[in-house]
Amino acid sequence: MDFRVGEAERELAEGIRTMVSGRLPLEIVRTREGEERTVTAEEWAALGETGVFALTLPEPEGTGLGLAEATVVFEELGRALVPGPLVGTFLAATTGLVPAAAEGRAFVGVCEGAGEAGATPWLVEHLSSLDAAFFLPDGGIGDGAGLMATIREASTARRVRAPLDPLTPMWHLSELPAAEPVDDPGRRLFRDGAILTGALQVGHAAACLDLAVAYAKERHQFGKPIGSFQAVKHMCADMLVRAEVARAAVHAAACLADAPDVLAAEAEAAGTTPLASMQRAAAGAKLLADEAAVANARTAIQVHGGMGYTWEVPLHLHLKRSFVLARTFGDKAVLSSAVRSDRNTVAA
Amino acid sequence: MDLRYTESEQAFRAELRAWLAATLASVGPPPPHDDWPARRAYDLAWQRTLYDAGYAGVDWPAEGGGRGASPVEQLIFKEECERAGAPYVGVNFVGLLHAGPTIIAEGSPAQRERYLPAILRGEEVWCQGFSEPDAGSDLASLRTRAVRDGDDYVVTGSKIWTSHAEVADFCELLVRTGAEGNKGISWLIMPMSSPGIEIAPLRTIEGTTEFAQLYLNEVRVPVANRVGEENDGWRVTMVTLSFERGTAFVGELLEAKRLLGEVADIATRFGLLTHDRSDLELRIGHLRAAFDALWALTKRNVSEAAQTGVPGIGGSVFKLSFSEHAQALGDLAMEVLGAAALSGDPLERDGRPIGNAEQVHNWFKSINLTIAAGTSQVQRNIVAERILGLPRTR
Repeated sequence: MDFRVGEAERELAEGIRTMVSGRLPLEIVRTREGEERTVTAEEWAALGETGVFALTLPEPEGTGLGLAEATVVFEELGRALVPGPLVGTFLAATTGLVPAAAEGRAFVGVCEGAGEAGATPWLVEHLSSLDAAFFLPDGGIGDGAGLMATIREASTARRVRAPLDPLTPMWHLSELPAAEPVDDPGRRLFRDGAILTGALQVGHAAACLDLAVAYAKERHQFGKPIGSFQAVKHMCADMLVRAEVARAAVHAAACLADAPDVLAAEAEAAGTTPLASMQRAAAGAKLLADEAAVANARTAIQVHGGMGYTWEVPLHLHLKRSFVLARTFGDKAVLSSAVRSDRNTVAA
Repeated sequence: MDLRYTESEQAFRAELRAWLAATLASVGPPPPHDDWPARRAYDLAWQRTLYDAGYAGVDWPAEGGGRGASPVEQLIFKEECERAGAPYVGVNFVGLLHAGPTIIAEGSPAQRERYLPAILRGEEVWCQGFSEPDAGSDLASLRTRAVRDGDDYVVTGSKIWTSHAEVADFCELLVRTGAEGNKGISWLIMPMSSPGIEIAPLRTIEGTTEFAQLYLNEVRVPVANRVGEENDGWRVTMVTLSFERGTAFVGELLEAKRLLGEVADIATRFGLLTHDRSDLELRIGHLRAAFDALWALTKRNVSEAAQTGVPGIGGSVFKLSFSEHAQALGDLAMEVLGAAALSGDPLERDGRPIGNAEQVHNWFKSINLTIAAGTSQVQRNIVAERILGLPRTR
């Protein structure tokens, strides 16, 4: 067993970082705050060309990598605040439901709130860019069938004037569009969706840590860098702990998805099914990653003091995006319950 | 990154699992908590059993007489022992995890020959004389003095938090032989039979007596019992402390996972888990996710140690997170138990044991986790300064 982040994985991350800082630098992305489209078709195609949506598809359509490598890539996308329906498009590509998604020639979103029976509002991100959207009850975790709708026009949708995240435009749907059931026997939509959303969240948690530590070193008060005060040091240390623990969980869940034999052995040792073990790992990883992202954004804002409360410093963008992500593929309640999804099959 | 075990790692696990199953059938239950002579005998007998089967000192290098297993095999060893309910390391802790590894790394050939086999065979027990009443987190300020007199050091001072002192044969002792600070410290092997040692049991908040305070009044320790050079004891100590992080908490983590499952069962029996979004349900789910994540982090740290010899940044990160979550587990258990939390005696409900006594015991133990082996506050300073590069202030 070698569970370290290896050389090849570090190079992959570096490559994505370089690509994103060239094609989607934050100063360009930020000019679109509050707009209807926050990522262009060209930029989406560039992400597709890099292979972001087809990492786990076998060659020649994809790059034939594992979900573990995909988490490394998605962590970088989160860190760089790349906008757009990244996870939905990845799922549409890997399931083959929307083949053009693999090349970034299609935008595929995920509807939030679809799990609560009869509940409104349904909110869909990036709707005017979308070719299709997933409607997944409880993030795809439960027995309810997932649906996929082709988005032709947004006539039944109303754009949210004040979306929480200015880089994630939202639309309010009053009714479900015509949709087809999605066949998902192994609950792979939830598995990959939760793990990759968790990876994005780890990226946000890590970015906030880096920003806070850099600021704590450069900002002086009382004649010293504020990072020399233990109260500030301890906040930074806690941020690192949250990010590292969440990252290990996300990576472990992805490695389990990549290694059915390890998953089977783990399930056997726990006296449960591989599906239940997989759901436990994916749900737990996302739960901790959601928490790390939100808590680190809040802590980084505190470390920045008054500057943290400004629009200029990008911490609020990490905070708001992490809130959006924390509500897809299972919120806290759904995930906490799913972490214990093997409790009915395992003996006390 | 890969969670697959190699074939030889899998073979190691299978062989160990079969041996544990066959062996544990004839191992009786442990003696009462405070019966130290009986616990010494029980723990040493288990160590001897491990020795005879070739599992003694799994994590010791072969040149120290150990099995020289890889860090991954050490992890498997601890995991399988916990799963099978094997006896804990108990009174062998200091010998196997601190004194032994230090002597392997820094001891003379004669010292290795004299002390290591007896630890492995379960013949001698060690205790630790590091902390002092006035030197806790700031260990380098220790004041127990050792003055050269011919071939002996004459040692005077006091040590605290010494585990198993009453049943120990030797003490790994830090003394001041030179100037103040970490450049004037030496590492000695002190026979506990030496005249001038007074042992005062120290009762913990649980009322138990695994710790003691030592009063050393002109205790003569041969100079030949010094490990490493005079005044080089701080560096020698760091070798020991590096064994304390890494896989050190594997047993505790696996135990915490099991105890959490039992808390969830108690909550179910008590009718407290009534709906999916309840606060209790969220807390149980969150803790389960956290312990799973810490198991993943353990595998990461062990993988790091397998390649580089040290667990990297993961040791402090693990300890900070684990101790916090273990305390949350203890608090959760006490809440779920309700009135049953007020009894350290085993109670029953509907004719079946509740399991309250073990949970109460664990709650007490958890309080120590953010204090022992470096308080969480000191750990955060270490993380902030050594990993994040924030300015040092002490």
